[in-house]
Amino acid sequence: MSIIRFVNTDGLPAFLAYLSKDARVLAPVEKPADKKSVVFEEWTQGKPFTLEKATVPAKEAVLPQCETLLTYKRDKDPEDPSRVSLKLDDTPQAVPTVVFACRPCDARGYVTLDRPYLQGPMVDPYYKARREQLTVLTLTCPRGCSTCFCHWVGGGPSSPEGSDVLMTEVEGGIVLQGLTPRGDALLEGSGLEDGAARFPDAEAARKAAWATLNKAPDLKEAPAKVAARFTDADFWEKETDRCLSCGACTYFCPTCYCFNITDEGDGYQKPGRRLRTWDNCMSPLFTREASGHNPRTARALRMRNRVSHKFATYPENWGAFSCNGCGRCISNCPVCLDIRAIVLDAVKTES
Amino acid sequence: MVLHSQNASATGGMLREISPRPLPGGNPYQPMPATVLEVIQETGNIKTLRVVLDDAEAMKNFRYEPGQVGQLSVFGAGESTFVINSPPSCKDYLQFSVMQAGEVTAAIHRLNPGDKVGVRAPLGNYFPYEQWKGKNVFFVGGGIGMAPIRTIMLHLLENKKDYGKISLLYGARSPRDMAYSYELQGWLDNPDLDCTLCIDNPFEGWQHKVGLIPNVLTELQPSPDNTVAVLCGPPIMIKFTLQALEKLGFAPENIVTTLEKRMKCGIGICGRCNIGSHYVCVDGPVFTLAQLQELPPEL
Repeated sequence: MSIIRFVNTDGLPAFLAYLSKDARVLAPVEKPADKKSVVFEEWTQGKPFTLEKATVPAKEAVLPQCETLLTYKRDKDPEDPSRVSLKLDDTPQAVPTVVFACRPCDARGYVTLDRPYLQGPMVDPYYKARREQLTVLTLTCPRGCSTCFCHWVGGGPSSPEGSDVLMTEVEGGIVLQGLTPRGDALLEGSGLEDGAARFPDAEAARKAAWATLNKAPDLKEAPAKVAARFTDADFWEKETDRCLSCGACTYFCPTCYCFNITDEGDGYQKPGRRLRTWDNCMSPLFTREASGHNPRTARALRMRNRVSHKFATYPENWGAFSCNGCGRCISNCPVCLDIRAIVLDAVKTES
Repeated sequence: MVLHSQNASATGGMLREISPRPLPGGNPYQPMPATVLEVIQETGNIKTLRVVLDDAEAMKNFRYEPGQVGQLSVFGAGESTFVINSPPSCKDYLQFSVMQAGEVTAAIHRLNPGDKVGVRAPLGNYFPYEQWKGKNVFFVGGGIGMAPIRTIMLHLLENKKDYGKISLLYGARSPRDMAYSYELQGWLDNPDLDCTLCIDNPFEGWQHKVGLIPNVLTELQPSPDNTVAVLCGPPIMIKFTLQALEKLGFAPENIVTTLEKRMKCGIGICGRCNIGSHYVCVDGPVFTLAQLQELPPEL
């Protein structure tokens, strides 16, 4: 039996204070009230937070928008300026981090990212350092919403994948359930009251959330069907006709993990840094070679790559979809493109 | 960077296998500091750099296979991928030939002997030369595409006894666009190599073939019997040379090419060099035509 604890709604700030004793705590915070966007920010004593689903995914905990891969410093020998010395420093900058109240789709995102970053031919040391120091406290969703579809792609409103602790809102507070030794240890040290008596309430709430979901279509055939669409130019033109190539879908995605590497500063007078930044496969520059040759010149070809990666090629390499159904690409698309519709059309209609 | 966990147990949770190859050890993003030893102006827009790793021990132990690539850094400008075009037997330096095209290559062209660069290598797979033993090998190199051909050709010539007839067709727009001009006479005189040179248009004093590579190839009529064709060049040349080779009767399994894509990480993560589920930086850059025909047409 896992460790179960209960926290009163009033006791949450104290619990967050406990979490932040030895770690950076990233919690959902409402940005300027009129806009209603919720982002993950470092929580400090007294800072207001919310339990709403964040507008953005929680992937920055392991994959910051911008990070330094290494610094370089070059020095010219004053006696002989043609002699240059070079110093490189690649010390990782990871700190212990707790993600508080992300949703199951966000937590599953870490599992999706783990595969290419940790289980491929080469391990990414920067990701690994962050991931090893990450504790994930996930809040189960009280209900489905019109844009999300986690249960189509292997998840659900109380999916445990990727979480160390699963939290469920019940009358008067939150029930916390440890799922991993790390989660158990964290709960045991928390001083929170035992929650076993409230666990049936949590289970009922989780069950009720499942009951709000629409019926999931069968996507077993999706990888083969989406792959078979590759050469159907008309299909992609039609499906992605109004795409602006803005890339919002990639930035809001908990599983989009492509990045760019660029240098900043020459390392002489200006400090030199090699940076890794989020990149965006919707940009025509993403694949454009220096010669001018570009395998994905058209917007339709780029969206084809994005959808195929989520539903065909990532599954081919790793055996799972790299879409967790969070729906953020749908709710944030300026022209209302819906990845569900594209996949369903690929699966349903004959090529 | 720690060097060479040979064949580091690849693939982990991946559903397909990555063929064993020498890999860089340690942090794969950390370049090895290196110093430019020599810069050779090959043509108007191609320079060859010979670089030496600053860590003498690393240089001595550096191992790679012909066809593997490296990320060459100019700090402050960035890094780009080039094939290591010296043969693996060369222990004195690593050689890269670079055509000026964008920001990083422009910065590389500004380098002088003594300048510091970074090298992340070896990356990618290599030419499956073990499988070619006992066979004839016909190389076709177009323009800067001669760079990867050079490394594997020199490697085969060093081990000539294991192979049948070795031929080279090397073409460029004009004699002035021909890299390795100082080596060509040696290749023409080499009794182990049947070397043909061609240029696109007639040029005063040119004593070799004139014509586009696919046409000259068709004229040479290499027999596909027990022969592997290995080609590299610009996309347009590849397209028509593949057609010519297929017309000559070469089976897709016996046509080998090495691809280029925009790359950043070089280790199969950053997501831009994929063709379908395969990444040119990890599954390539060397592919047979048979392998490419299995992948989506997105070159």
